Amino acid sequence: MTEVLDVSRVKADFPIFERKVNGKPLVYLDSASSSQKPRSVLDAMEHHHRHHYANVHRGIYTIAEESTAAYEGARAKVAKLLNARATSEIVFTKNITEAMNLVAYSWARKNLGPGDAVVITEMEHHANVVPWHILVEERGVELRWIPITDDFQLDLTDLDRLLDGAKLLSVTAMSNVLGTLNDIRLLSDAAHAAGALVNVDAAQAVPHLPVDVQAWDADFVGFTGHKMLGPTGLGGLWARAELLDAMPPFLGGGEMITDVRFDGFEPNEVPWKFEAGTMPFVEASGLAAAIDYLSALGMDAVRAHEKQLTEYTLRALEERFENRLHVHGPRDVDQRGGAISFLFDRIHAHDVAQVLDEDGVCVRASHHCAKPLMRVLGVPATTRASLYVYNDESDADALVESLAKAEKFFAI
Amino acid sequence: MPGLEDLYREIILDHYRSPRNRGDLPVPPATKAEGFNPLCGDEVVLYLDIDPDTETVRDVKIDGQGCSISQASTSMMSAAVKGKPVDEARKLIRAFKALMSIHESKLEGESDGSDLTAELEGVRLGDLEALQGVVKFPVRIKCATLAWNTLQQGLDERESVDA
Repeated sequence: MTEVLDVSRVKADFPIFERKVNGKPLVYLDSASSSQKPRSVLDAMEHHHRHHYANVHRGIYTIAEESTAAYEGARAKVAKLLNARATSEIVFTKNITEAMNLVAYSWARKNLGPGDAVVITEMEHHANVVPWHILVEERGVELRWIPITDDFQLDLTDLDRLLDGAKLLSVTAMSNVLGTLNDIRLLSDAAHAAGALVNVDAAQAVPHLPVDVQAWDADFVGFTGHKMLGPTGLGGLWARAELLDAMPPFLGGGEMITDVRFDGFEPNEVPWKFEAGTMPFVEASGLAAAIDYLSALGMDAVRAHEKQLTEYTLRALEERFENRLHVHGPRDVDQRGGAISFLFDRIHAHDVAQVLDEDGVCVRASHHCAKPLMRVLGVPATTRASLYVYNDESDADALVESLAKAEKFFAI
Repeated sequence: MPGLEDLYREIILDHYRSPRNRGDLPVPPATKAEGFNPLCGDEVVLYLDIDPDTETVRDVKIDGQGCSISQASTSMMSAAVKGKPVDEARKLIRAFKALMSIHESKLEGESDGSDLTAELEGVRLGDLEALQGVVKFPVRIKCATLAWNTLQQGLDERESVDA
């Protein structure tokens, strides 16, 4: 097949692939959990530490101004990547979990009361489930669930009824378990027609495909940096400016104020209103480098590469294991990303992952923080291999060989 | 680097493939205990029929699902405690946890474990020692101990009902 990415060159940019695990090359297939980092990201953070480390938005001195410029420059890069209307529409958070909680604690607490409905789906990550459960308990909000079909898509048969009277639709753009890509524009149009806002969990989308928040016509979009080649500790929320303006602060403290008196405070402008305390600004330099790296590859090329490799991997699994191994996710790569969950009939997900580890093959075996979905699938856990820019056919081949070993080892 | 054969000893795979004492018992008179490992979805269901006159585990049946380590450990536990006095079963629980490097007396800060060593002298783990390799794979220890925690829970519940 024609290569859309030169993966051997990409791989050479990631120092971790110089190491071996159990004497074998590292086959990293857990990027849906967290991605590896290219040298440029590590260098950017070291450069920030070594050359202009100073707190942002605080000091009137050269290196503090440089540090602030780097931090705000990272925000501008995120805004451009997501096609935000303005840089101030990007709020930095610790990760996407905090971004989802920001929507729940700030927007939803102000706007939702008893009987108001929030619609989510059966394929959501706990980050887009538990904040709503908390609001159900705290203020009697009603939580409604869009079911999934037997072929791992959202079942939109009753969408209009589910959205009737709802205030918010909160949905993942790509399932971290099934790989399913949801049609966010279609869902946004339906939600808006019903008078609901749309919050998108884009943790798995932003790293892997072109995302345009305006084309989605969404209201809130959360993402996290560590799944898109950036460091841990920094994610964010994009939201329409007028929503952010009207939302009360989430966390109180330094930076998020313009004035503090004995009898109260005035919040800062957006986005800083939501960025209390010293933020991970060194990590922001790392995230900026990650965005540069992805942009140089091109998000269209990233998506095309993963589509090709997902097709190759799915086909290899089918040919080798036929109906003894079940992939939980859509078969059509136009409808899915590179998170591939699977189970052998009679071998537990953890046993499979243990055998793979001996071959240096890193996969995730768990409920993937999506226990409602596991209940729908009727399984306690799955093994998941997830693909990214530094994976190629040799990784898929190593996965298949190691799985064959696991199947033989646990043969009943 | 510990290898797969350290973890998956032949006797473990044998118990996984052919679990002993699989089934259930009428409750009551039997006691039922359920153990659950929410992180991996391992599940152990235990039925204990204890003779109140002799305080002996007359019969034990197991059910549940999970990884090979959790299910083999459950099967091996059932074989180890069947026919044993309750006191001895409790000693086995402590001995097994010690094998897994879990020294509860140490956690309380009152003992360096030597009391335990003395107490457990003469307790024979037999086939259960095959599970010792699990210690080299820390994330799997909870898989191996689930059955034993469930047994402890079942024995405790029965005593609290009797009391």
